[in-house]
Amino acid sequence: MGGFPILTVTTFLPLAGVVFILLQRGDDATVARVSRWAALWTSLATFLLSLFIWAGFDPSSAKFQFVEKVNWLQGFNINYYMGVDGISVFFVLLSTLLTPLCILASWEAVHARVREYMVAFLVLETLMVGTFCALDLVLFYIFFESVLIPMFLIIGVWGGPRRVYSAFKFFLYTLLGSVLMLLAILAIYREVGNADIPAAMAHGFSKGMQTWLWLAFFASFAVKVPMWPVHTWLPDAHVEAPTAGSVILAGVLLKMGGYGFLRFSLPMFPDATIYFTPLVYTLSIVAIIYTSLVALAQEDMKKLIAYSSVAHMGFVTLGTFTLTMQGIQGAIFQMLSHGVVSAALFLVVGVVYDRMHTREIARYGGLVERMPKYALVFMVFMLASVGLPGTSGFVGEFLVLVGSFQANTWVCFLAATGVILGAAYMLVLYRRVIFGTLVRADLKSILDMNMREIAVFAPLILLVFWMGVFPNSFLKPTEPAVAELIRKFNTQRTAAIVEMMPAAGATEARP
Amino acid sequence: MFVLCIFLPLIAAFVAGLFGRLIGDRGAQYVTCGALILSALISPFILYDVALLGHARDVQLVTWIASGDLELSWALKLDALSAVMIFVVSVVSALVHVYSIGYMSHDPHIPRFMAYLSLFTFAMLMLVTADNFVQMFFGWEGVGLCSYLLIGFWYHKPSANDAAIKAFLVNRVGDFGFALGIFGTFLLFQSVSFADVFQAVPGKAEARLHFLAWDFHAMTVLCLLLFVGAMGKSAQLGLHTWLPDAMEGPTPVSALIHAATMVTAGVFMVCRLSPMFEYAPLALNVVCVVGAATAFFAATVGLCQNDIKRVIAYSTCSQLGYMFFAAGVSAYGAAMFHLYTHAFFKALLFLGSGSVIHAMSDEQDMRKMGGIWRKIPYTYAVMWIGSLALAGIPFFAGFYSKDTILEAAFGAHSGVGLFAYALGAFAAFLTAFYSWRLLIMTFHGEPRADHHTMEHVHESPWVMLVPLFCLAAGALFAGYVGYNAFVGEGRVDFWQKAILVLPQHDSLESAHHVATWVKLLPLVMAVSGIALAYVFYAYRPDLPGIVARRFHGLYLFLYNKWYFDELYWNVLVEPALRLGRVLWKGGDGAIIDGLGPDGIAARTQGLARRASLLQTGYVYHYAFAMLIGVVLLVSWYLLTRSGL
Repeated sequence: MGGFPILTVTTFLPLAGVVFILLQRGDDATVARVSRWAALWTSLATFLLSLFIWAGFDPSSAKFQFVEKVNWLQGFNINYYMGVDGISVFFVLLSTLLTPLCILASWEAVHARVREYMVAFLVLETLMVGTFCALDLVLFYIFFESVLIPMFLIIGVWGGPRRVYSAFKFFLYTLLGSVLMLLAILAIYREVGNADIPAAMAHGFSKGMQTWLWLAFFASFAVKVPMWPVHTWLPDAHVEAPTAGSVILAGVLLKMGGYGFLRFSLPMFPDATIYFTPLVYTLSIVAIIYTSLVALAQEDMKKLIAYSSVAHMGFVTLGTFTLTMQGIQGAIFQMLSHGVVSAALFLVVGVVYDRMHTREIARYGGLVERMPKYALVFMVFMLASVGLPGTSGFVGEFLVLVGSFQANTWVCFLAATGVILGAAYMLVLYRRVIFGTLVRADLKSILDMNMREIAVFAPLILLVFWMGVFPNSFLKPTEPAVAELIRKFNTQRTAAIVEMMPAAGATEARP
Repeated sequence: MFVLCIFLPLIAAFVAGLFGRLIGDRGAQYVTCGALILSALISPFILYDVALLGHARDVQLVTWIASGDLELSWALKLDALSAVMIFVVSVVSALVHVYSIGYMSHDPHIPRFMAYLSLFTFAMLMLVTADNFVQMFFGWEGVGLCSYLLIGFWYHKPSANDAAIKAFLVNRVGDFGFALGIFGTFLLFQSVSFADVFQAVPGKAEARLHFLAWDFHAMTVLCLLLFVGAMGKSAQLGLHTWLPDAMEGPTPVSALIHAATMVTAGVFMVCRLSPMFEYAPLALNVVCVVGAATAFFAATVGLCQNDIKRVIAYSTCSQLGYMFFAAGVSAYGAAMFHLYTHAFFKALLFLGSGSVIHAMSDEQDMRKMGGIWRKIPYTYAVMWIGSLALAGIPFFAGFYSKDTILEAAFGAHSGVGLFAYALGAFAAFLTAFYSWRLLIMTFHGEPRADHHTMEHVHESPWVMLVPLFCLAAGALFAGYVGYNAFVGEGRVDFWQKAILVLPQHDSLESAHHVATWVKLLPLVMAVSGIALAYVFYAYRPDLPGIVARRFHGLYLFLYNKWYFDELYWNVLVEPALRLGRVLWKGGDGAIIDGLGPDGIAARTQGLARRASLLQTGYVYHYAFAMLIGVVLLVSWYLLTRSGL
């Protein structure tokens, strides 16, 4: 790609759309229409541009690519430093893919303040892409935290009846983590002397410091993922958020936590990672089993899928901390797959919500009679969520479990029970909504999906099967980066052990 | 061309499923039946080329998953085992497809049905041609999915939906074991390809594997975990509860999936993994005991069922038990032989019973049948052939395979082998009894259906009868034709490397040298079973009632299927649901939300309520937090700079 700053352009292109939308004048209807189209075209252009990142990405290299580094704050050693490696590149694509779909999905569902809504989504896109590209701690922090602002508005302004409570909860939880992370970033900056992420990775922090820094980052990422027991903001946020808000929340924002572990916790604090691995395992397993059981009891479609998200993200944290090739690659793949599948499931709920304005499972039943296309689409994503081989859901779960079996058989054994429970709640949901006899009078006239809705789902269905049948197109580019991560992790570990022989025994937490 | 044989059903499923409305019912039927018949025509060539000419090979298609040491491909492994399975699956499937044209002719969702059937066939073919554990798992779950879809095909019936979910979930429990087995295999061998693993097994025969809290003999624990998967799919004792309920699906489905092919996948798996099981004698013993227990258990339950399809379902369960205990005494050839003959006669029995149900205006309760044999003579004849084959009457297909299994069990000269022989021989008696109970109750005696139904009793159309005749031919001759290759003199040349039997385990060899009474006993049992059935249901129709009253407890126990469903519901399902509710309301609601962030939440909540009057309050909060961050950053910078 030569000197073309593709990451910067991809990141900030949506802002061009924002400017255009804000310049519009006229009556509400015109502005709304122009805003919709402008947002759609901008986000599509961004997506197309991001495809060039993929095309130009060298899958055999573990290095950061498309690197841009401009001195930003003179004398502070804080740079505008962007770049992607195998771990982050697909998250960029995921963000740029989901944004146009969200805009399409909100086409008719959002009537109030359309202009602001579209602006919020485009700003959100910029911030999401920026988060995954940033290679400077301060830059990362700004993107990472700013993401909350548009999300917060989307829930708080365009949300359901209890939106205030949910937005508030969402805010409280994330604030708690982010303050600690800021402190950690300051500490790293002080220790390393600059805010470069690669420099911090190579630094090698002292053991005591690692522990505190690890915990500070953990506080932020664990809330984002979300891990049990700091997950309770998620179901509420999802239930109240508009459909597209849920899509971005589940599809991308949760991934920032998992990405954070891979970018910060593992490479920067290897000793602390080893030390805290049992904790993460425990929380992950509790998340998988506990939230799956809770999902079984849900009466609200969105809540059920939100709880299933927590369970699926439990596999991600589990895989990440197995520190095996399969575990980490599986975790990344699981995040991508979940990004597609859970996003699609929220869209699926959105389709009937737009028609019936209720998410209560008991209000539905027998939809297949009136909505065969919808039933098929729902089926595909339901099965992907269940982790059926041949769909994307299988590969991630499978690799994570392969990795965890090598790390600890108990962990694998318990996590695998989540696969059974996962099938239970999804099948029951599907059965109650889609199958059975259609008895409710108001459902008798419900319409099947229109072309716009089909256009939203088609790319996601394609991806689900593509990722399931040829997962290697996504695994291969991540391989060098993950291999490098593990290699560095082990060398830093050994260095630490050699340095402080006496203390080494205490950290051998696992068999 | 051989690749085409596997993928034709997928293409057909795709076309019929997505373009069903475009091509219409007829079109969907032509496409799927055409594709399947073509596959079925190719399959004998595969069998001939691969098994008889010995051209076993491995066709690699494309890489599937590669992560670190874990590398696996989409591939077609063609050897004697998979060739036999391809043959059985595609032939039975083609016949069932054709039969379905007639059976489902009044259904409003024909394209969907045909697409599911074809998709199932594809998944099953992927399962049997897998060259690695994970592709097998793909097929394994794929057939499970199709089974789920087809059991729940009549989606407006709540019982069908329940049965579909139950089938999927019980299979998931089995798959849980299967998956753990795969993970363990990968840990031990650093590969999941059959070829690599099988080659390395002898070297790891004594290896240990740390699983959960214990150190196990590696091969034993791996084989047992994998066997849990087989138990789920093949409905063995403990994980069998889904199979009888699966009869909620349309009858062709029962014939294809729940009798001839899918449920035999577990048997196929054990045979495929014979190079592993041979080094895990304890696991083999478990397989043998579970198989024998299932053969016996299911036969006892079959005695008391009144639904014609459920009787045959329990019979299937019981016959699968035979196959497993054959595999458990290392007589894999015999297991595969019974799998192959069973596919014909059991599919025949199911399709025959479908023909009866069709004739009786969708009545399945045998208590409301009777006296119809003159009206549907062809169906009656093929049901006789199927029952004779099932009971193991000489020269019918089942006779060759079942007797070989029992002889091999006896010939193994081990405790479990004798146990299996005893239970198997007794189950043969029960099998004959319930088969003739079925025949007599269904076809003979006074008509018990109402007048209206009886008037409508009619023989099925040719499109249903022709597949029945084909299967009947299979039930008549398959045993005789296959005997030599599967279990006789030719077995070593036939199976080649597809099956491994260690010399000290060769029970098939000793099966040919057992005493005459061992060979005769099963036949005596079968004949006496038939005779007793005549006494009970033809000559003294009051006897069953008397016996049921006399042994009321036992009768209820059998009638309620040993109370497995009630046990699972009360011990597993109900508590899980209750726990879910408790965790949600109590754990998430009361404890985490109530106590966890309470320090912040409770205090700020009041503030927030006031602030919520102003929509922008939150942004303000947030911006404020950001501001604090920036202030900290800047002040810290200033401090350090002044320090410089």
